[in-house]
Amino acid sequence: MREITFAEAIREALRHEMKLDDKVFIFGEDVGAFGGCFGVTAGLFQEFGPDRVMDTPISESAILGTALGAALMGLRPVPEIMFIDFTTVCFDYLTNQAPKVRYMCGGQVQKLPLVVRTTSGGWIRAAGQHSQSLEGWFTQVPGLKVVMPGTPYDAKGLLLAALRDNNPVLYIEEKALYATSGPVPEEEYLVPLGQAEVKRTGKDVTLITYAGMLGHTLAAAETLAGAGIDAEVVDLRTLSPLDHDTLAKSVQKTHKAVVVQEACEMAGVAAQVIKSLVDSSFGYLDAPIKTVAALNTVIPFSPPLEDITLPSADKVVQAVKALMA
Amino acid sequence: MMDLPKEKLLSMYKTMVAIRGFEESLAEAVTAGTLPGFVHLGVGQEAVHVGVCSALRPTDWMSSTHRDHGMILARGADIKRMRAEIFGKATGYCKGKGGSMHLAVYDKRATGCNGILGPSQTINNGVALALKREGQGNIAAVVFGDGAAHRGEFHEALNFAACWKLPALAICVNNHYAISVCFDDACSVDDIAARAAGYGIPGLVADGNDVMAVYEAVSQTAKIIREGKGPALLELKTSRWRGHFEGDPQPYRTPEQLATDKKKDPIARFAKQLLEQGLATDAELQALKVQADQELQEAIEFTDKSDYPGPEELFTDLFYTERRAV
Repeated sequence: MREITFAEAIREALRHEMKLDDKVFIFGEDVGAFGGCFGVTAGLFQEFGPDRVMDTPISESAILGTALGAALMGLRPVPEIMFIDFTTVCFDYLTNQAPKVRYMCGGQVQKLPLVVRTTSGGWIRAAGQHSQSLEGWFTQVPGLKVVMPGTPYDAKGLLLAALRDNNPVLYIEEKALYATSGPVPEEEYLVPLGQAEVKRTGKDVTLITYAGMLGHTLAAAETLAGAGIDAEVVDLRTLSPLDHDTLAKSVQKTHKAVVVQEACEMAGVAAQVIKSLVDSSFGYLDAPIKTVAALNTVIPFSPPLEDITLPSADKVVQAVKALMA
Repeated sequence: MMDLPKEKLLSMYKTMVAIRGFEESLAEAVTAGTLPGFVHLGVGQEAVHVGVCSALRPTDWMSSTHRDHGMILARGADIKRMRAEIFGKATGYCKGKGGSMHLAVYDKRATGCNGILGPSQTINNGVALALKREGQGNIAAVVFGDGAAHRGEFHEALNFAACWKLPALAICVNNHYAISVCFDDACSVDDIAARAAGYGIPGLVADGNDVMAVYEAVSQTAKIIREGKGPALLELKTSRWRGHFEGDPQPYRTPEQLATDKKKDPIARFAKQLLEQGLATDAELQALKVQADQELQEAIEFTDKSDYPGPEELFTDLFYTERRAV
């Protein structure tokens, strides 16, 4: 199968949907002729024109408010918030507004097709206000789906599924993955929201992860294989709703689990995964569930400091070895 | 000024009277302890509600504030389902899940109130964008208070709407108090409308206690917007007669001040205009009041007889379950 990058896979999904439906339009800061801060929308402005790919003022609240109003009217907006760190200035729309409209009006509004794209994660040497992994916050919002792909294949399939979902979806793209490549079919396919996937089968321990940490975790699994430890790797892909069944099935087979996330450890997705496993699989566990996450500190600019703040394949290997000892 | 058909003028009068009765009945229910939650009443602002809605087309869209039950009633919503919603009943417009502060009536193109000040102004841009693409000359009006004019969204929304030449009408209802803080202490200029200059859009001020002045101002402004000239900002100066919420003891304004405000009663003023110009008789106006009272009584009975939503409603309407077919 042909290989393309993570960024190309996202662009391919956007272009595919824009060709199918002229109600789909993209807007945000620098998404037009510039092609987006990370080049994801490159060429779309030239292909679809200024009515379908629109640059906006630096007004994140207006971007998401406009998107919500347009979705209420039956358009299918795909707004972009350049960094997830910037969702803090338009948090209202992702918490109080879009996810609540349908419920609070008693279903007078039925479809609310709104996919908010944003970027996440570190390793770009941009320090504490451009490198965070804030996805956990949004999983606490009823009415909002949160999606975070870890491969180019899933990036395309999940984005197409999100674009057809008819509900508000926060689609988070790991910046460090944009340049990574992988096999992606040219034709249309959907990766259903809410379904995790076993990316590597194993029998000794389950490593649960998502997004940017997937590659690190798969690398750790290979290293562990060399040490005689056969790890299974589960990729969450959708963080809300969480796929409890796939998690339970894997851990009930391996009896041990390590959860790997790039976000700092406190009260995040990993904590919820552990809660899910305690509920479903407590009696199957042979050891406490461990977490590998960013340190609970601000992500520093200085590259060596950033590297030790964020999790890594080495840290996953160490955590698993300690668990198996 | 009074070149509207008599039928429309009398209908406007009746709606103003109906809104006043509706709101006062809610005040009584709060006092009696039968209505829970925060209730913000628009008594004294009926000229704004009726003037704005009478000037808009049924095909326009509008959103309003937490003090605007009257706006949605003036939009033509069913008074029974309005009251039922405010009391949290299953027969309410939002199945009792929104309540007073989040009332919305989509079949009247009234997206309603928002519990957060500011977002309605940016959301209105999205509605306006869709209307612009439809090209039918409809506009999106957003009504917000002088307090919400100080949110950053006021700036973001107007700049955005002006850049994209959206058919958006921003209506600031300045009732001079943001909860307890007086407008004079919270705003650096005398008129919110003066800020329009900063966006290169029209900014107008009108007397919000005169329903015909409101009607004229909205009609004129909407006309400019329908012509595709982009957004406009209209400020309506009025006053609220009651506290910010029911139960607010209002230590921030004197009884004398309130008495002065009440002398500007928009309903008495409109009645006087109608009578003086021979457009209505005392008996006609009285008959409209009786009719409105009767409809309110029916709404009260409807609400009292309605059930609360059952627990099976807890998770309905959270998500749409069908994926879009291609």
